[in-house]
Amino acid sequence: MSLFWNIWIIGLTLICLALVTWVLFANRKIKVDKDGEPVTTGHEYDGIEEYDNPMPKWWFNLFILTLVFSVAYLFLYPGLGSYKGFFNWTQINQWEAEMEAAQKQYGPIYAKFADMPLEEVALHPQGKKIGARLFADNCAVCHGSDARGAQGFPNLTDNDWLYGGKPEQILHSIKEGRVAAMPSWTAALGGMDGVDAMSHYVMSLSGRQHDKSKAATSSTQYMQMCAACHGADGKGNQTLGAPNLTDNIWLYGGSQRRIIESIDKGRAGVMPAQKNLLQEEKIHLLAAYVYSLSLDEEPK
Amino acid sequence: MNHDIVEKNIGLMVVLVIIAISFGGLVQIVPLFFLEETTKPVDGLKPHTALVLEGRDIYIREGCNTCHSQMIRPFRSETERYGHYSVAGESVYEHPFLWGSKRTGPDLARVGQRYSDDWHRAHLINPRDVVPESNMPAFPWLETQVLDGKYTAKKMEALRAVGVPYTDEDIAGAAEQVKGKTEMDAVIAYLQQLGLLLKQKR
Repeated sequence: MSLFWNIWIIGLTLICLALVTWVLFANRKIKVDKDGEPVTTGHEYDGIEEYDNPMPKWWFNLFILTLVFSVAYLFLYPGLGSYKGFFNWTQINQWEAEMEAAQKQYGPIYAKFADMPLEEVALHPQGKKIGARLFADNCAVCHGSDARGAQGFPNLTDNDWLYGGKPEQILHSIKEGRVAAMPSWTAALGGMDGVDAMSHYVMSLSGRQHDKSKAATSSTQYMQMCAACHGADGKGNQTLGAPNLTDNIWLYGGSQRRIIESIDKGRAGVMPAQKNLLQEEKIHLLAAYVYSLSLDEEPK
Repeated sequence: MNHDIVEKNIGLMVVLVIIAISFGGLVQIVPLFFLEETTKPVDGLKPHTALVLEGRDIYIREGCNTCHSQMIRPFRSETERYGHYSVAGESVYEHPFLWGSKRTGPDLARVGQRYSDDWHRAHLINPRDVVPESNMPAFPWLETQVLDGKYTAKKMEALRAVGVPYTDEDIAGAAEQVKGKTEMDAVIAYLQQLGLLLKQKR
């Protein structure tokens, strides 16, 4: 703060205090006329007159108390320009003290789990409980409070993995995020008729009811365009995040309409990277928790 | 007791009242217009792009700021949830600022890049599709209304007049940048850039 604003703030504050003090004390005297009689306001109603007295003592004392408070406050806390106050208090150092106290309390707990392998944390009751809380705070908004996902947001409890379900793969997904890139295939498939035919081929992969002749016309196109990511057998590719099309688990909905939409519009699901948002130890606990969710499920 | 002088001269009373109530503003508000802490942009702060600016105006139009604050206070309970506390330097190009004081929904000061674009789209069309217990209203019309960019350049000129450093190229290209984009695109662009400049791991 520059000298000018320092003087401005301190000066005005002190002038204000001095003024209110002066107003308070200048109105303390009971005025008397030359005969020693108290002066009235001059108002008279039915012979009743009003004294022009100062305010009562209890009220005056309340004002004195506010003055004492303000002087004490300005001494103890920052208020007078860049004077820092006796306590040296700032919002920021109060926050820092809070953070430090929390670190002292919770730091050792996080540290304990940070050194533990993910597989072990996933079986540890306390680790799972902390993971569940962190999940509810940070992940449930997309993946749901029961971790079963929503349309476009993967179910994390079914042991069906887009990018791999090993603990370190889950950790990587959380830390670095994931970006899927399925482009629109409408032009390449020769318009919406081609997309419609392809949707029958896709449904045939998971053994669902489909139009066999339409599926047959698309099989060559599938091998040329789709197999590169989803595999010739349709089992997907976890390095690319290409979903398995044979397991009848559908990230964007499995109705024919949804499948057509996926082929027509393309899909670009994004898992935001958490490494700059969440502390390492928390990500560790989260990865273990997510891993623990499908331990009872058969891998798909 | 000379209070009758003040009470019988209304002009004098007005002057004295103005003097009495101006102290607070002169001490607490006026210096903020000139102090470095409140007028210097944080490192990397840039004026909003045309699309973001339109998104911000839609955010105001739909009244988002009445339920969502954009002000993370320096308390652990807030920084643990939202990230680094807000500082004045992040808001120097904001006219008007949208700090707010009412949180029916969560604070949005650092919501940028926290969720995917797809999530924001699904959530704005119907919040209950992704957060079943949400009481936020749905904004499905954002998806169908298309921006024409008619006033974008004018808005930028107005902001430049109050000190936002838009260049002539920014203003010339403004309409082109937003034309054809939906209001949804604009709002998401606005949300995804909120609070990215100060980082602190939660």
